[in-house]
Amino acid sequence: MAITINGTPVDPPADPRVSLLDLMRDRLHLTGTKVGCNQGACGACTVLIDGQRVLSCLTLAVQAEGRTVTTIEGLGADGLHPLQQAFLEHDGFQCGYCTPGQICAASAMLEEVAAGMPSYVTRDLAAPARLTREEVRERMSGNLCRCGAHNGIIDAIMAVAEEQAA
Amino acid sequence: MTPVQYRRADSASDAIRLAGTAGHRLLGGGTNLVDLMRKGVERPDTLVDVTGLPGAIEEAADGSIVIGAGARNSAIAAHPLIRSRYPMLSRAILAGASAQIRNMATAGGNLLQRTRCVYFADAAGSRCNKRAPGSGCDAIGGFTRYHAILGASPACIATHPSDMAVALAALDARVHVAGADGARALPLTDFHRLPGDRPDLETELAPGEVIVAIELPPSRLAPRSDYRKVRDRASYAFALVSVAAGLVIEDGRISEARIALGGVAHKPWRAWRAEAALQGEAPNEAAFVAAAEAELAGAEPRPGNMFKVTLAKRTLAAVLSGLCEDQA
Repeated sequence: MAITINGTPVDPPADPRVSLLDLMRDRLHLTGTKVGCNQGACGACTVLIDGQRVLSCLTLAVQAEGRTVTTIEGLGADGLHPLQQAFLEHDGFQCGYCTPGQICAASAMLEEVAAGMPSYVTRDLAAPARLTREEVRERMSGNLCRCGAHNGIIDAIMAVAEEQAA
Repeated sequence: MTPVQYRRADSASDAIRLAGTAGHRLLGGGTNLVDLMRKGVERPDTLVDVTGLPGAIEEAADGSIVIGAGARNSAIAAHPLIRSRYPMLSRAILAGASAQIRNMATAGGNLLQRTRCVYFADAAGSRCNKRAPGSGCDAIGGFTRYHAILGASPACIATHPSDMAVALAALDARVHVAGADGARALPLTDFHRLPGDRPDLETELAPGEVIVAIELPPSRLAPRSDYRKVRDRASYAFALVSVAAGLVIEDGRISEARIALGGVAHKPWRAWRAEAALQGEAPNEAAFVAAAEAELAGAEPRPGNMFKVTLAKRTLAAVLSGLCEDQA
């Protein structure tokens, strides 16, 4: 069974040691997804599998068989994604290396909030989730930015969340 | 990474059959195992992918909640039954790792992640009795900020990193396992082992067995329970100390207490001594401090983690006080 990456079916690798990240970057030349720590500590390799954000560095490609993968190339396929536009407008990056992971993570995070999923800083687990800056910080803590653009990143995400709510 | 075979289990019986393979490791979300394989710490011949095991979260006839081993951590934390009846479990899971890792990690895999430290992960440069039994422990005498203060041994001072398992220890959860010889269940507090002289053996899961489910018994105190995690940064870090706790207060006295600590031992640390000290006491600061003192009386900190003893006592007392404010 194929792995569907940004709408294109791809054969899983013969060697089960190949990570989804390496399959995409080295064999398919989808270099939008970045290699940061390659050990699950930085979030630069974040992609969506069946709509959920995961780390492609710790996902063996064979485990994605039969599933649908979306990368930054997929999110931006029809022109700039609203989060990409907002990152431009709110200085959500400096060097840009963490940005694809930030944007993939943020797009899934907004879906999680819409589905009512709580976070560690959600006071009332029974109430509908509400997005505050504190919530964004907690929910995006798996994506590090060594340039320190986090304030701009939060501004960009809050702007998109407010647009969606309007 | 050394070459490895990959086999996918599509059912519990399939998983049990494949778990009979010599040199195998069970693969869940891979967030710990794949990382350790890349570091050369784990070198399985075969990966048995058990993410296809049932992951339903369902209420049993007796009011227990049964969580299938394949349930992703994020799905457990967000489930309405867990949020309303066992909030300490939701909060513990949400305190762990990052959203991406919680989406990947399975219930069974969370319990089977390695008890570990940086010296364990440093296959090229450090001695580790867990990685190479009998080789020595470079953590002892080394950087011990994240190491154990309770239940450690001269062979190993690593800590179990799970947050979820700390809440499960406090909630009297049971782990259902199955193998070729049949199925059995054991209390979560007995599932993980203290290091003793065999730190390489971390759980009571026998070769060839797999975890099939985690069972949460009905609990009077769980609906108003809490989990607090203290760490070096506000999010996405292992615990220095964590506390899972719930109390039942009747006629001004504590009639039931369930407490477990994380970040302090080789396994989720059920605070039996603190619970016993609280039994029948009036819920006030003095009682909470006395309970914390009782639990930490046997602590054996290292030069780099002396602070953990005080931190554990204060965090425990603070969480218990917070529970009483909620019930006031």
